[in-house]
Amino acid sequence: MRTLRGRRGAREIGPQIILVIFTILALFPIYMILTNSFKLKKFIFGAPFGVPIGKAFSLIGYQTVLSRSHVMMNFANSLIVTIASLFLILFFGSLAAYALSEYKFKGSGFLGFYLAIGIMIPIRLGSVSLLKLMAGLGLVNTLVGLILIYVAQGLPLTIFILSSFMRQVPDDLKQAARIDGATEYRIYAFVVPLVRPALGSIGIFTMIPVWNDLWFPLIIAPSARTATITLGVQQFLGQFVSDWNAVLSSLTMAMVPILLIYLVFSKQLIKSITSGALKS
Amino acid sequence: MLDVTHAKRFPFYLIVFLGPAVAIYTLFMIYPLLDSLRLSFFTTTQDKREVFNGLGNFSTLFGNSNWAPRFWGALKNNLIFFCVHMVVQNPVGLLIAALLVGSVRGRVFYRTVLFMPTVLSVVIIGFIWQLILSPLWGVTPSILKAVGLGSLFQPWLGLSRSALVTVALISVWQFVGIPMILFYTSLIGIPDELLEASRVDGATKLQVFWRIKFPLLLPMVGIVAVLTFVGNFNAFDLIYTMKGALAGPDFSTDIMGTLFYRTFFGQQLQMGNPTMGATVATMMFLIIAVGVSLYTLWRSRVQTYQL
Repeated sequence: MRTLRGRRGAREIGPQIILVIFTILALFPIYMILTNSFKLKKFIFGAPFGVPIGKAFSLIGYQTVLSRSHVMMNFANSLIVTIASLFLILFFGSLAAYALSEYKFKGSGFLGFYLAIGIMIPIRLGSVSLLKLMAGLGLVNTLVGLILIYVAQGLPLTIFILSSFMRQVPDDLKQAARIDGATEYRIYAFVVPLVRPALGSIGIFTMIPVWNDLWFPLIIAPSARTATITLGVQQFLGQFVSDWNAVLSSLTMAMVPILLIYLVFSKQLIKSITSGALKS
Repeated sequence: MLDVTHAKRFPFYLIVFLGPAVAIYTLFMIYPLLDSLRLSFFTTTQDKREVFNGLGNFSTLFGNSNWAPRFWGALKNNLIFFCVHMVVQNPVGLLIAALLVGSVRGRVFYRTVLFMPTVLSVVIIGFIWQLILSPLWGVTPSILKAVGLGSLFQPWLGLSRSALVTVALISVWQFVGIPMILFYTSLIGIPDELLEASRVDGATKLQVFWRIKFPLLLPMVGIVAVLTFVGNFNAFDLIYTMKGALAGPDFSTDIMGTLFYRTFFGQQLQMGNPTMGATVATMMFLIIAVGVSLYTLWRSRVQTYQL
């Protein structure tokens, strides 16, 4: 046993070295921003690799960000947009996926294809007309406008994946319910909890790009009142380029929440990809 | 599955189920895409009327001395941007995945950490790397000096010779987690008996990889390639964040996304031009459509092995 483990250890050295190098490459830039955001400017430049303790420690950057930017409002906007989009994508998406997986009707094949077109075509390419449409509807510089775009963007993949999951729910369960007199809406409400794992991974996958998007906040809702955190940070950094404390702190503030969410959900996220939730 | 093809009337519940999704998707995705394609055949007159212009916008984009250099330049840069991803990002992703599949200690840790940059906003990544590579801060030069390569340092982002490749490598750094996780998924799907059998037959590790695993990975290689293609020809955020709408120095980092933005919204002294913007978008649409069709064609031709 002992020798076996020893052999395995020796064989592992090569891969371990390569993986450690990639890990350092991935973490180092993030680490540098995090640690230096808690330092006085003198130490940011004098000792960039040092840890922020003792004389080096300072929160001046965070004070500047909190007093000079709309970071809290930006956060609130991002939260509203992300949560509302997520809810609507999952709700409308599961309704449509259920219908596509459950009923055969004239044009159901075409409808499935029609709804799948959007998986490969980026919605950005329609931006010129989308802006005109939003202006016509009075939705420029509103969060509602952003939410509608993200829902349209998220629906195709959601419907595609959810309907393939819902097809796997055994038919006899649904038929038994029908014989008992359940309405079609009841059967939908019965099927949805059965595909909860898929809902979870689709949720994370649609949430990240919505939270991180720069393009649509920039062209549809650039006003200070409606700016999301991504746009807010982008504009703040543009103005405060030479204030290193403020730049490092605002980067940290924008980065930490999403990293925390990722670390909490990473196991489920990666498991859902590897278990094939997003295959086919 | 319930067959309602011959129902006396179209069941009302179908409208409830499908209505909201179809309506939002059609109004905010399909209609704008089609309308934008239409707009690329129109031009706006002085009094703001749209008039049909045939293929005029396209001949301006391809041949006019103000437009053509920008368009062909952006297309060329975008191809380079894509090639860097294909040559660096996807092989590195495959390498990491292959290393993780062997029962390496700390597998879950590596997987989690190496996927981390992917979830961050491109805006944050762009600024982080701008700071790390900044000659002013001096982090990169002092690291290079420490390993005896100090003379190699240059302000890569500021030189028109190296800016595009540098930005592309930063994007690779961020997104390498995606091919990693996708390749990892298909690698763990390969049954052990198959690998065991080839080992018993005396195949070396490399032979097992290239002769057994790689052919089984081919469908995923195709998926990764097409995802990279669509993502790269739609990229914008990173270059806008690091180099602004003008994609400097001297347009050396200009890709289709930044050209689209500039054309649509204008920059500095130049006015925005929605119909020319729609024309650039139509070109992006065609490029992406060609890429996706090539992939579909390849999928239907190439023999893939089913497990």
